[in-house]
Order: sequence, then C-alpha cells, then structure tokens
Amino acid sequence: MPVGNLTANGAGRRHVLDLDDFSPQEIAAVLDNSRAMREVLGRDIKKVPALRGRVIVTLFYEASTRTRISFEEAGKVLSADVINMSASGSSVEKGESLLDTGLTLQAMGINVIVIRHPHSGAPYLLARHLDRVSVVNAGDGLHAHPTQALLDLYTVREKLGKLEGLKVVIVGDVLHSRVARSDLWGFAKMGAKVTLSGPATLLPPEFLRCKGRLPESHALASVQVDTDLDRAIDGADVVMALRLQSERQDGGYLPSLREYVRRWQVTEGRLSRARPGALLMHPGPMNEGIEVSAAVAHGDNSAIQEQVTNGVAVRMALLYQLTTGNT
Amino acid sequence: MTPSPETVLIQNARVIDPSRNLDLTGDILISGGKIVSAEAQVPPEGLPQGCQVIPAKGLVACPGFIDLHCHLREPGFEYKETIATGTRAAAKGGFTSLCCMPNTQPAIDSAAVVDFILRRARAEGVVRVFPIGCVTKGRHGKKLAELEELASAGAVAFSDDGDPVHDANLMRRALTYSADLGRPISNHCQDRVLSRGGVMAEGWTATLLGLTGIPAAAEEAMVARDLALAELTGGRLHLAHLSTAGSVALVMQAKERGIPVTAEVCPHHLTITDTWALGNKGTNGDSVGTGGYDTATKVYPPLRQQADVDALVDALSEGIIDCIATDHAPHDVVSKRVTYQDAAFGISVLETALGSLMQLAHRGKLSINQLVERLTVGPAKVLGPSFTDLATLKPGTPADIVLFDPDLEWTVDTRQFISNGKNTPLEGVKLKGRVAVTLVEGKVVYQALNTREQGS
Repeated sequence: MPVGNLTANGAGRRHVLDLDDFSPQEIAAVLDNSRAMREVLGRDIKKVPALRGRVIVTLFYEASTRTRISFEEAGKVLSADVINMSASGSSVEKGESLLDTGLTLQAMGINVIVIRHPHSGAPYLLARHLDRVSVVNAGDGLHAHPTQALLDLYTVREKLGKLEGLKVVIVGDVLHSRVARSDLWGFAKMGAKVTLSGPATLLPPEFLRCKGRLPESHALASVQVDTDLDRAIDGADVVMALRLQSERQDGGYLPSLREYVRRWQVTEGRLSRARPGALLMHPGPMNEGIEVSAAVAHGDNSAIQEQVTNGVAVRMALLYQLTTGNT
Repeated sequence: MTPSPETVLIQNARVIDPSRNLDLTGDILISGGKIVSAEAQVPPEGLPQGCQVIPAKGLVACPGFIDLHCHLREPGFEYKETIATGTRAAAKGGFTSLCCMPNTQPAIDSAAVVDFILRRARAEGVVRVFPIGCVTKGRHGKKLAELEELASAGAVAFSDDGDPVHDANLMRRALTYSADLGRPISNHCQDRVLSRGGVMAEGWTATLLGLTGIPAAAEEAMVARDLALAELTGGRLHLAHLSTAGSVALVMQAKERGIPVTAEVCPHHLTITDTWALGNKGTNGDSVGTGGYDTATKVYPPLRQQADVDALVDALSEGIIDCIATDHAPHDVVSKRVTYQDAAFGISVLETALGSLMQLAHRGKLSINQLVERLTVGPAKVLGPSFTDLATLKPGTPADIVLFDPDLEWTVDTRQFISNGKNTPLEGVKLKGRVAVTLVEGKVVYQALNTREQGS
C-alpha cells in the first residue's frame, strides 16, 4: 500500500543541514508529509516500497540511541537499505578523515549519509565536497539538530493545532544545545515566540547582549531571554527542558546541581504558571530530578514519548523528500 | 631570474618616499644595487650602455615593504612553505624584507637555527630574511632562551608567536633582560584560559555556527598585562597582531603615558569580519551559507566584528598602531580541509596584502602614502635604527623598491599563488591594486606578466 497524500513542496532540496535555509512553506510541507508517515507507522505491517533500492548510511561519530535507531527505522519502513556505521570499528579509527570517509561512501553509490559528529559544521564539510550524495545532519557539535527541531514542531502542531503565536520557553543549557539552536530557527520561522531561560552562564552571550542588534526582519529577532524561569514560563504554551550535563558544574558554569534544580527545574509548581494544557517537552536523554521533576516528566502535560514516535515519522518524510526529489 | 644590470632606471613613476614625505612624479636611478637618485627625471642621454629601463607610468614606486611577522615554516614544516616559496610569494606581494617567526621545528631558539635560516635564505631566498628568535627555550614558556646569542647570530626580535609568553613573571624578566639588546619582544597576546576551546571570535556569528567563541578580553587582558610590565621594566614591548577595539584603547592610553610600546595589525583584521565564516564572503551575516564553516577564515587572533575593524583602521591611520604585518601563515590543504574545530589557525596573506589594504585607500580611510608608511617606515622603526636604510629611497641606500598599480583590478585565484599556502578566505574575491615589479638591492625579483600601464 502506498503512502497517501504527500506534498511535493521542498522537492529539489539535496541536503538537510539546519533549518535556517528552510522556508516556512517547506517546513509546513515536511510536517504535512510527516502526518502521512505517522499513518504508515500505525499500520499492522509497517512497510512501504517508497525508497526501495536506495541506500542510506548512518555515520555516527558520537553515541546516540534514539536518533540513530529512529533514522534506521525510518529508512527501513520505507524499504531503503540502511547501513549503520560508527566511528569505532571503522577506518575512522585508523585516522581516515571525515572527508575521505564521505568520498568513500559516495564512491560506493550511497544515496544518503546521515551524519552525527561532535564538531559543529561537519555535515557542511561533506555537503560541500560530495556531489552525488544527500547529507542529513543528525546533530553536529553545538550547532544544529534539524530533524529534532522538525519533530518538535510536528509534535506541537499536532497537539496544539498550530504553531503561530505560541509562546515557547526553552530552559536550560542553551549554550551547549544544538537542539535549542535548531528549535529557535524552526519555531521562529513558524511564527512562535521563543523565550530562552537558564543560568546566564549557559545562555549564548550574544542573546544576552544583542538586544536590538538584530534587524527586525531577522527570523530570530523575536527571541527573548529571561534568566528568571518563574517569569519566563508565565503563560507559556510549550516548555522545553534541555539536558543538563553534569560536566557543566565542573566547568564553572554552575555553583551546584542543587542550585540549578532550585532555580531552573521544571516542576509542577512552575508548570502551573503556564497555560492550562501546556506541553512539556524534552529532546532526551533526560535527567529526571535535574532539569525536570519526575512528576512532570511523566505527568499529563508531558509529550516526551510522543516526540520519540513522531521522530520516526518526520525522518521518514525527510528521507522521502530528499531521495525522491533528486532522481 | 635575470642577472642584475649595473644600472636600472625606473621611469615616470609616482615616487612615494614616506621617510622624506616625498610624493612626486619622477624617476629612480639605481646603480650597483644602491639608489643614486629618486626625485627628478633623469635625462635619457646620460644613461650608461645596457641600462635597464622600467617604464612605470601610472605605477607607484616606493620602498619595498617590510613584514614584521610571517611564518616561513622552514625548518620543519616544508610541506606548508619553504624559504624559497615564501620569499618568492613575498616578492610578488611587494615585500623585500621578511621577519620570520620562530615556531618552526626545531624552534629558532639557538644560534645554529638562526644561522641555518640565514644560510637557506642566501641560497634559496629572493628577498631579505630576518629571523625572530624565541623568547623561551623551545617556545615552552618555561625558561628564557639565550637571547644575546640569538641576537648576535642575527635574530632581530624575540617572540614565542603562536603562543603567548603566558607566565607574567617570565615576561617581566624577558623585557628586563632584553632591554640592552636593542630588540623588541613581540608578544602574541592570548590568555589561554579565557580563549580555551575557542575557534573564532565570540559573537553573533559564533552563536549561529555553534562554534566556541574567543572573547575580546582574551587578547585585551594580556595586552593590559604586557603594558603594565613594559612600564615596570622599561623593556621594548611590541604587540603582535592586535584585533580588538579594546586593545586599541589600551595602546592609546599607554602611548599617552609614554610607555615604550609599538603595535602591528594584519590586513585581514583591517578588512574582513567574523561573518565571513558563514561562507557568504561577508555579504550575509544572518545565516549559514553553502560555503559555511569556511576554514580559511580560521585565524588567531580571530576575525572580529565591524566595530573592531573600524577601530583598528582608525588606529592605524592615527598612528596608534605603528605598522601593518601580514602574519602570513601558510598551511597545507589537509590542515584546512577538515572541520572548523580541527582546522589549523592561519591565513596565507603575502600575495593578497596590498590588494586588501588598497581597499582602505580606495575608500578614503587612509591615503596611499599612509599605507606605504605603515608598510615601510613603521615596521623599520619597530626593528630599530639599523633598518632605517631599508625603508627609504634616499640616495646611497639599498635599492629595495616596489612598483605597484594602485588601480589594477584582479581576482584572487589561489592556483596562481606562489606560496604553498592556498589558505585564504579571499579566493575568488576582486581586489584593486597589484604589485608590478619588486626589486631587492637593485635586482628585479618579481615582475608581473601583464600590468596595465607597463610599456605605455
């Protein structure tokens, strides 16, 4: 059975590097197609022949559970052949450069490289030098995680019915979060208003200082910053908590986890200041009891599990659009 | 290379000699490698047989440029540059004297390495090469190098460039100890703790790219420290490659108080900003372009913001910054064809310096005369009185001369580079102003194939 009602908008795109070069229409098209993919995932036999004969490599230089498996499942449901490659156990250990690895995969006729890399911009290096492969960014350094942002957008749109005009609060270690960067682009482009909150040491210094420095026409001009979470969360439609890595404490960013919990943990009390029915989201993996309280993580507002399911659908939609738009 | 004729006549040039505030149309007569006259027109009748005539109508003729700061990579990194390729690139860029930094392998921390470089330069080089010796043994920042031995062997300054002299007490001792050697200590100002992990300037672009920023304070904190130490010791401090508006303010204050300090600035910090890392050649500063994460823009100190560029240009114009130095840092392709984080710091500058800097003249920020001054007299003053003769067209001085066309437009094409370092963010960029002929000691060491005005 084929996939029903897919939108063609966005065909012709070769790479997915970040959302900064997506138009709102193109984002909307991905979200529409994701809904069709979600329907496929609900079937008894989750298999459609859309990408039969296409080869996808997941090239992961960093640990990942949900993103890698999500891409693998997305590819397999669409009947693509998916090869998983990780840095350990490959020529990468022999010092093969990222670019050489990319060229090797291209020479093997791979159609799509899904790459995760600890260095910001790594997917751009591949995209610039490979001319017959689509590159999908599955997370690069502190820079971007566009498929996570798309699944966040999809989740919010499905649950709340729209994106435009929503108040989205992203709280935590924004400085080191590639998810936050892509979410910023995504939500801002779709007309939502984003407020960043967290310790001033973990917010990008430019967002703290650049008030008014961005031209009004800039996609991110509407982004607000407020280190006071109680105030920031007031009337929010979506609260996104980011993972706090314990190393941040040693790096001098924080006095202690205890103080972080006291000031920025998303708790039931704080969530009650948001709109009724507001969504609690988290890109995972989650530190329950640190950035979110256990009660909230599993409470009625939590959309965390749904995010994971939607991740597969969104990645199916993207892979489909990339590989069929470039035949 | 053509053998040096006894007599050379440069005809009808715009002769600019900042050492004498000279700017007129005239001829330069050279004999036996020395300048005979550089003012009035020389009547052709009196010229000796076999005199080489260089028609120079429309060209500026001025003393050859002196670069206080470049990396020739030899010994140790000959796959990045050699004295042979580096000096030829310099000649093409109008530089007749190069001071090369000691971050070689082995580092220039002994008379033997100074001597090796001088010998290689005599054998392979086409312009003058002046080694800069290390401040500390092996550039390790632990113990002073034998500064007097280095100076006697021919080192013209001291620096651990590539690294700062991080230990403040050691910097104090170095300034004190070297005060009677007549040579400046050139410090690469970078507080390594503040800059830790940083790969580009802190700012909006770094935030967009998810790259760790280097705050301006990483440079300024050490500039402030070094100025205090220069005041304390009376030693000769030279500040390498300043890049921030804050550093300019500190140097201005120090000079007003009479602290003996000089400073240099690089062509790239005067002309382009951190937004170039987005891959749009500076045209769009708001999102990542297809050429995003252009590793050719990765340099220390990092490219900074427009306000810094403006402050540096003003400071150069006002003389707060004494001179321009290239910090030519050639790299092999592999060192740059990696992720931004892994890429080596450095830009290959010698062959684009003049064209870049001429933008400032064309936009009326500095006069051509000022630019020439900051490339000749300025650096010579930093090095001391023995360099005065290399920065003038006075009769009797060595005929180190550059002829350039201030208005010739050209497009940067690294395939045409003589330098082994093709690492420039200016690839494909149009520049206006190009060297036509370079002479060292009266001998033509570079001649452009097609210059607009030549022969007319």
